[in-house]
Amino acid sequence: MSGLKIAVCIKPVPSPDQYHRVGIDPRTKTLVREGIPTVINPLDKNALEAALQIREKCGGTVAAISMAPPAAEENLREALAMGADEAYLLSDRAFAGSDTLATSMVLAAAVKKLGPVDLVLTGNESADGGTAQVSAQLGEWLGYPHLMHACGLEVMEDGFIRVDTAREDCRVAYRVKLPAVVSVVRTINKPRFTSLMGVIAAGKKPLSVWTSGDLPVDENFLGLEGSPTKAGDIYQPDLSRRCELLEGSAGEIAGAVLQKLRAAGLQL
Amino acid sequence: MDGKNGLWVIVERSANGFRKVALELLSRGRDLAGRLGEVSGSRPGVWAVVTGPGSAPGTEELYRYGADEVLMVCHPLLEEHRTDLHAAVLADLIRERSPGIVLFGATAWGSEVAPTVAARVKTGLAAHCADLRIDGRGLLVQCVPAFGGKVLGEILCPDRRPQMASVRPGVFQAVPGDAPAGEPLVVRPELDDDDRIKVLEVQRREITGKPLEEAEVVIAGGWGVGSRENWQLLEELAGLLGAAVGCTRPALDEGWTEGEHTMIGTSGKTVRPKVYLGFGISGATHHVVGMKDSGLVISVNTNPNAEIFQFSDFKVVADARAVAEALIAELKAGKTS
Ligand SMILES: Cc1cc2nc3c(=O)[nH]c(=O)nc-3n(C[C@H](O)[C@H](O)[C@H](O)COP(=O)(O)OP(=O)(O)OC[C@H]3O[C@@H](n4cnc5c(N)ncnc54)[C@H](O)[C@@H]3O)c2cc1C
Repeated sequence: MSGLKIAVCIKPVPSPDQYHRVGIDPRTKTLVREGIPTVINPLDKNALEAALQIREKCGGTVAAISMAPPAAEENLREALAMGADEAYLLSDRAFAGSDTLATSMVLAAAVKKLGPVDLVLTGNESADGGTAQVSAQLGEWLGYPHLMHACGLEVMEDGFIRVDTAREDCRVAYRVKLPAVVSVVRTINKPRFTSLMGVIAAGKKPLSVWTSGDLPVDENFLGLEGSPTKAGDIYQPDLSRRCELLEGSAGEIAGAVLQKLRAAGLQL
Repeated sequence: MDGKNGLWVIVERSANGFRKVALELLSRGRDLAGRLGEVSGSRPGVWAVVTGPGSAPGTEELYRYGADEVLMVCHPLLEEHRTDLHAAVLADLIRERSPGIVLFGATAWGSEVAPTVAARVKTGLAAHCADLRIDGRGLLVQCVPAFGGKVLGEILCPDRRPQMASVRPGVFQAVPGDAPAGEPLVVRPELDDDDRIKVLEVQRREITGKPLEEAEVVIAGGWGVGSRENWQLLEELAGLLGAAVGCTRPALDEGWTEGEHTMIGTSGKTVRPKVYLGFGISGATHHVVGMKDSGLVISVNTNPNAEIFQFSDFKVVADARAVAEALIAELKAGKTS
């Protein structure tokens, strides 16, 4: 098959290696994430890599889409630097407070506006919210077949792809008719690094901003108002324990550890 | 009973019965239904809803763990891996019977079926809940982790129905009761297939190690274990203790362990063994959320300020290999003396 038009959904998230710095302001009861840089959700890079590999094999174009505040332009530029051909930032106050159903509705509206897209790829879940719900719901809004947990992807004969998926105790291979939505897990590939050339090229690639008015949105499911779920209190669980030191020679420590195990009720 | 306003647990079948997470959810569902009864004056029935090609044996178990009713949804096309078709029949049933609450296990299967169903019936879904309770208004409070579990947030679905949530295996405990088994209700929905999704092949993976979620003792190793050779010592120690071996993501990436199913944490297993013994693990939130409910926690790390120590009952500031070797020697000596 030649020339697939692929859309990749990209979510900017606070850098996941710094979540130990996330906290809650005890006074305002709001989230504190100061100083944590915003990066492309790691699995979305795997999705983009998968798209680029398909394009290298079969030709076509790759569009990166993100529903996010204006600052996400920077993350979309990075996607362009990695190799995406064009980028679309879906940004509007009306989108704020969207849950997964509302988010996937807006993403679906953007995919529809892009015209006939063959394949939509996303990461299986985001690092921050981590619901793993958006890809399936996007598939439902579009009326496309959809699959999650993809660890392998291959374009088959005209109009079909093979998707290998990872489950707890098996690997399941599917044949899926395009257009389709597929979300990927991290074992699918190793995302490429951006080159300096890529960064320079990215500056010249098209990046469009679409607001709610530009898209065929369903007003009933728009933003906070249209989201079925509502967020309540947030809190930080206290997981600390007594942290007593066991010392001595290796042998003494081993003896002490085994004694604790016996005290915990183990028959050794 | 038609299941209206009922509390449904979607039961995923396994090779030899039902996935344990379904029993965990039924037990929790029984408590939630009781609480709803107190708050609203009418206790909803707890329904175990099983989808599959034919009726499943062993339904006594579902009643024993909390189901008042078992609904068996059968169609020859409902083969395990056709998540799209399972979602389609479940969405139809939900529209038809209007349950108040629907709970899913967040397995690979459930985490694909649940959002599909939610999008079809256009309702809210809370993912990977760490807790579920009923508030004073009779609403389901869904407590979800964010930022790898660093913070928890409460989610409500005040207006749309059903209220839907997914829960990872091991979060709740399966508690058998003495309710008598009933007669499952069997429904045979209509279902069409087309050529959009087809299963080509299924490769089962042999899993030899002891399952993490069933072990009384878990030995967990991280990047600090250092080598495959050292990892063998953890395996040997586990053999002597009758323990299962788990890992962090870097240890998995090094290829020291049997595979993805041995990873503990946000994107892996939740364990709550009597004893968790960790070697060379830094204590990242992503890992800690998967082991925080363990009984006794002992951690070995060369860094006296390792984050993991805060989440441990006892800390050992030493080399992982040295401590593992000493434990093996001590256990072997104990066995021969
Ligand atoms: C979206 C996302 C999801 C993730 N999900 C998971 C998950 O489910 N589970 C998971 O585990 N991780 C997960 N991670 C990764 C997680 O953030 C951490 O990177 C990981 O848990 C760290 O593993 P570690 O402790 O083995 O390695 P490191 O953080 O590298 O720590 C190694 C530790 O070993 C100690 N050490 C070094 N040498 C020795 C020695 N000789 N003896 C004893 N100690 C020694 C060091 O002091 C250090 O504390 C996820 C990350 C992301 C971004």
